[in-house]
Amino acid sequence: MTLRLDDLRLTRGVTHVLDGVSLEARAAEFISILGPSGAGKSTLFELLLGSLEPDGGQISFNGQPVQGRDLFAFMPQRDALMPWRRVIDNIALGLEVQGLPRRAARERVRPLLPRFGLDGFERHWPHQLSGGMRQRAALARTLVQDRPLLLLDEPFGALDALTRTRMQRWLEARLQETRVTTLLVTHDVREAVALSDRIYLLSPRPARVVEVFDVPQPRPRMETGPGEEALALETRILRTLLEGERE
Amino acid sequence: MDIADVSRAAARGLKRAAPALVSVILILLGWEVYVDLSGISATALPAPSRVAEQGWQARAVLAENALATLTATLSGFAVSLACAFVLSVAIDFVPLLRRALFPVFVISQTLPLVAIAPLVVLWFGFGLLPKILLVALVTFFPMLVALVDGYEATDRDITRLLRSMGAGRGQVFWRARLPSALPFFFAGLRISITYAVVAAIFAEYAGAARGLGIFILNAKNNFRPDLVLAAVFVSSALTLALFALAVLAQYMSQPWRRA
Repeated sequence: MTLRLDDLRLTRGVTHVLDGVSLEARAAEFISILGPSGAGKSTLFELLLGSLEPDGGQISFNGQPVQGRDLFAFMPQRDALMPWRRVIDNIALGLEVQGLPRRAARERVRPLLPRFGLDGFERHWPHQLSGGMRQRAALARTLVQDRPLLLLDEPFGALDALTRTRMQRWLEARLQETRVTTLLVTHDVREAVALSDRIYLLSPRPARVVEVFDVPQPRPRMETGPGEEALALETRILRTLLEGERE
Repeated sequence: MDIADVSRAAARGLKRAAPALVSVILILLGWEVYVDLSGISATALPAPSRVAEQGWQARAVLAENALATLTATLSGFAVSLACAFVLSVAIDFVPLLRRALFPVFVISQTLPLVAIAPLVVLWFGFGLLPKILLVALVTFFPMLVALVDGYEATDRDITRLLRSMGAGRGQVFWRARLPSALPFFFAGLRISITYAVVAAIFAEYAGAARGLGIFILNAKNNFRPDLVLAAVFVSSALTLALFALAVLAQYMSQPWRRA
């Protein structure tokens, strides 16, 4: 199972957004797309989801051009929980969209709640949850869709530092279990190094891949905190990012 | 939600309404005292006590006419709501319709009711139809705007999320745009329902067999300001009751806002 982005180019109006971005994600890999704010990271997801068409280049899955959109489960930057749906119905939203009746969708989702720390909260409304719980609900909503690829768009950007670390640990544990292929867009270097198998570093707009970093460190990593090699890698990435900005 | 919840909410509402009640009572008291001390004739300005007394004596006639007004208001408003909803959905799916129709509706809102009401009665007679049309004319556009703006207020992230799940235009509307419009819809409802009563009374004033409007006209022609004012109080009570119903409907239909 391989997802390939090949030399993607995009201009929106007068803004040159993507200048030939290529990357690859294989089965069960965790890939981070790291870059300065406004580099066009989220735009890559819009291309994958089909809400934008590239001017050039192509997206292929197992060698075939990507048709339809049932490959990706997407988690937007803000949790985008619907205030008028109970927590369990928010998590089951994707299943309902696929045509499952509400009751059946709920039954399918209910056993997963404890793993997301939402046990006993299924009848709550989103506004009654803490920031971290909302994010976990949004993640649960993404995972239950059972799609081959996860697209996470800065999922923890809006959380306070402590909650963010807790959520990263928790995400690492979940992904160890499910081994689902994941693309993460982030501007948090530490997050990328801690979670990824490979990091694609993007330049400021127009975005191209400046460098690719492999992160071979054994997992789980979040429990122990970054080791010396990870810290060295963080420093290297930060330096490359800052040099890119000076150009 | 059980009975205890409702009664607790009612008690809270009463507590919040207390200052308003006090000021209304003070105004009535001041009015009573003024009429008493100035010796002004009851055919010019009747005291509230006289209005209440005469109103009570005429209660059967008042109730009958109030019922006619209520019927006109609710039928007109129901027609208006149904049309506004159907058209708002059409506009949401075919944006061109908005540009074609909105200017016409805006113009419809600029027509003075004083001029239109007698014409509509002239064309459609003294029955229910002209009242329905006038109430609809007054309330349709505000409701339409509330709904269309409400759809537009949908969170873009939610739309993108639904799209990524494979939802088509219809599902996006049903699952996101319609619920997003609810607060806007109820804001429009609360305002429009009060205009609806006024519009119905105006339509009756222009010509009707029954209704508070025609009752007021007759009482005025018979030099009975006490009965005019009694009818005014009844119509106010009617409006307030409908307003309260709209608030209750909002409360019931948005359970996530009271949790």
